[in-house]
Amino acid sequence: MGNGTRLGRVRGLGSSHHGSAHWIQQRLTALANILLVTWFVVSMFRLPLGDHAAVLRWASNPTVALALILLTASVFWHLRLGLQVMIEDYVHGEATKILSLVLLNFYAIGGAAYGIFAIIRIALAPAAGLAPGGM
Amino acid sequence: MAGNQPSARPRSPHLQVYKWTPAMAVSIFHRVSGDGLAIVGGLMFLWWLGALAAGPDAYAAFLACVWHDPSPEVSTLHQITNILGKVVLIGLTWAFFQHLFSGLRHFVLDTGAGYELKTNKLWSTLVFIGSITATAAVWLYAFAEALNG
Repeated sequence: MGNGTRLGRVRGLGSSHHGSAHWIQQRLTALANILLVTWFVVSMFRLPLGDHAAVLRWASNPTVALALILLTASVFWHLRLGLQVMIEDYVHGEATKILSLVLLNFYAIGGAAYGIFAIIRIALAPAAGLAPGGM
Repeated sequence: MAGNQPSARPRSPHLQVYKWTPAMAVSIFHRVSGDGLAIVGGLMFLWWLGALAAGPDAYAAFLACVWHDPSPEVSTLHQITNILGKVVLIGLTWAFFQHLFSGLRHFVLDTGAGYELKTNKLWSTLVFIGSITATAAVWLYAFAEALNG
């Protein structure tokens, strides 16, 4: 010991050997969220959200669809980490804690899969934005 | 010792024990806004995406529930959800700015800076002022745009 950064010296030494990995993933997804969610919020306020065809045309643009997929992955990864800490802090019974964490993983992974699949459907829809009404 | 019987030992102090200061409030609200975004924001995002992918009818049904029902006889349910939808969206906007600014503060704290009492208090207070100001600005802009067509 005595070499390496302070982070490097504690990595893998937590009670479950994953404490610093959780911390790093939390910061990495936070950084990605700053960019992606800010872009998304600005887009939401600029788009004519009442116009299905216009929103669909926007979302089916390959660059936008890719950014939306990255956003979904980053946000649901980040919220899984955050809600996990909340559950570990406030849910005390061993059985309820495990059940809560199982439900959290179902929500995070299922939600991300649902969202990404919806984006792929939009991006690959035949003639998106060409036919009348955008479908 | 293994937690089979309730322990009489004192528990760690919690919200009702601490004196509320900007620094502790910003920490609590980081968690509150994050959890709100994670659950309410996440579900709203998926609902919106799913409706967008499902087609014009599903998207119109989503808008009629969350934002504005254009039918001449609006059901009581939609009258309630139209108001609730705006409250939730404004709340999510505030939660986004609160979590964003508070998160940026945490990135600064991660470097070891900003722990001096006065500096800490100043930036904690500015996070609240910033998030409320940004939310108000964004929605005043949105409603002004809506009024101007």
